[in-house]
Amino acid sequence: MDESRPIFVQIAEQIENDIISGALPEETQVPSTNEFAAFYRINPATAGKGVNLLVDAGVLYKKRGIGMFVAEGARAAIVANRLGQFQSEYVRPLVAEAAKLGITQAQLADMIKREGRQ
Amino acid sequence: MTAVVEVTGLTKTFGSLNAVDNVSFTVEQNKIYGLLGRNGAGKTTLMQLLTAQDFPTRGSIRVFGENPVETAKVLQNVCFIKESQKYPDDFQVKHVLKSAPWFFRNWDAEYAERLVHDFRLPANRRIKKLSRGQLSSVGVIVGLASRAPLTFFDEPYLGLDAVARQIFYDRLLEDYAEHPRTVILSTHLIDEVSNLLEHVLVIDEGRILLDEDAENVRGSATTVVGARTAVDTFVGRREVLHREGIGGLASVTIGALTPEERREAAAAGLELSPVSLQQLIVRKTNTSNQEFEQSA
Repeated sequence: MDESRPIFVQIAEQIENDIISGALPEETQVPSTNEFAAFYRINPATAGKGVNLLVDAGVLYKKRGIGMFVAEGARAAIVANRLGQFQSEYVRPLVAEAAKLGITQAQLADMIKREGRQ
Repeated sequence: MTAVVEVTGLTKTFGSLNAVDNVSFTVEQNKIYGLLGRNGAGKTTLMQLLTAQDFPTRGSIRVFGENPVETAKVLQNVCFIKESQKYPDDFQVKHVLKSAPWFFRNWDAEYAERLVHDFRLPANRRIKKLSRGQLSSVGVIVGLASRAPLTFFDEPYLGLDAVARQIFYDRLLEDYAEHPRTVILSTHLIDEVSNLLEHVLVIDEGRILLDEDAENVRGSATTVVGARTAVDTFVGRREVLHREGIGGLASVTIGALTPEERREAAAAGLELSPVSLQQLIVRKTNTSNQEFEQSA
């Protein structure tokens, strides 16, 4: 866990990552709040907050008396949302660090191409 | 939310020392609290007052809505695991477990057995012959298996090795999930427990310094590191919690930053790093009171 951000946000992101990777396919049941809490060694109330964040976003839904499930279309929705953050969270720091080291934009583009080929 | 503990204007003096100094707070039901602070801050005195093992000089204490002193129906729902619990001289581990149900109405003997196994505790050994760590695990087992609606752990793991501490944290979370109850955990190993806590109470020199949801505390401070002039320009008139420097470099801890401010700092070539709960408390309890009141 990263200290700078609320744990419940990180739990929500972790579940989203598992949905993107296919580890949690749509329409399957996700672990219970208590299971998340035990696995990540966090307070169950915190785990519940993370799960609720995804329920509010429509990524997870509750089946009464059974548990939480991944909603249909959740994966596409998460990916669309992450694409929006990609520029600010990955590209901007990359360009800033490159500028600090004196890497030109052309060099940077080359490096990205080379990485992509591997 | 139901309050399990309500404290108003509580003071305990020993001679000229205010061990607990005009403290007011409430403890809500079924949350895990961290009671944190330096040695001699007043943590143990506070817990002794809440469990009626000592009496207040002034102020009022309500536990489950009643004054805990000599109130059986309050005390049988309270478990207080002390740092150095004393047992009768000839007691063996199994005698402690046998006598526990006399004091704790929710005692689960089977669960206690399992914990004895988990902690590899020799049930037939005399308490006097146990190592410091084993003695601590006896306390931890009593605290967990008593399933008291209000459980205090006062620095429960003196001498416990890393494996045993991890077992304690895991069992505490598991059992708390199945049998929700109010837990007040006092410890110096803040980094180890910070993710288990839902609420944090920090006490220093007998006063409550911080009474806040753990999630709100997280990310409530940031350390800015960089060239001294750049750091000073960025920090400007903001509240400074802590300052360090070496040569032309400065490291200053300030409050939370907005994403906008983070970008501004990055543009100025400054490094931002998070402040853990432990670091935050070290920084808060390491300055004089006056500086505190400004920053609180």
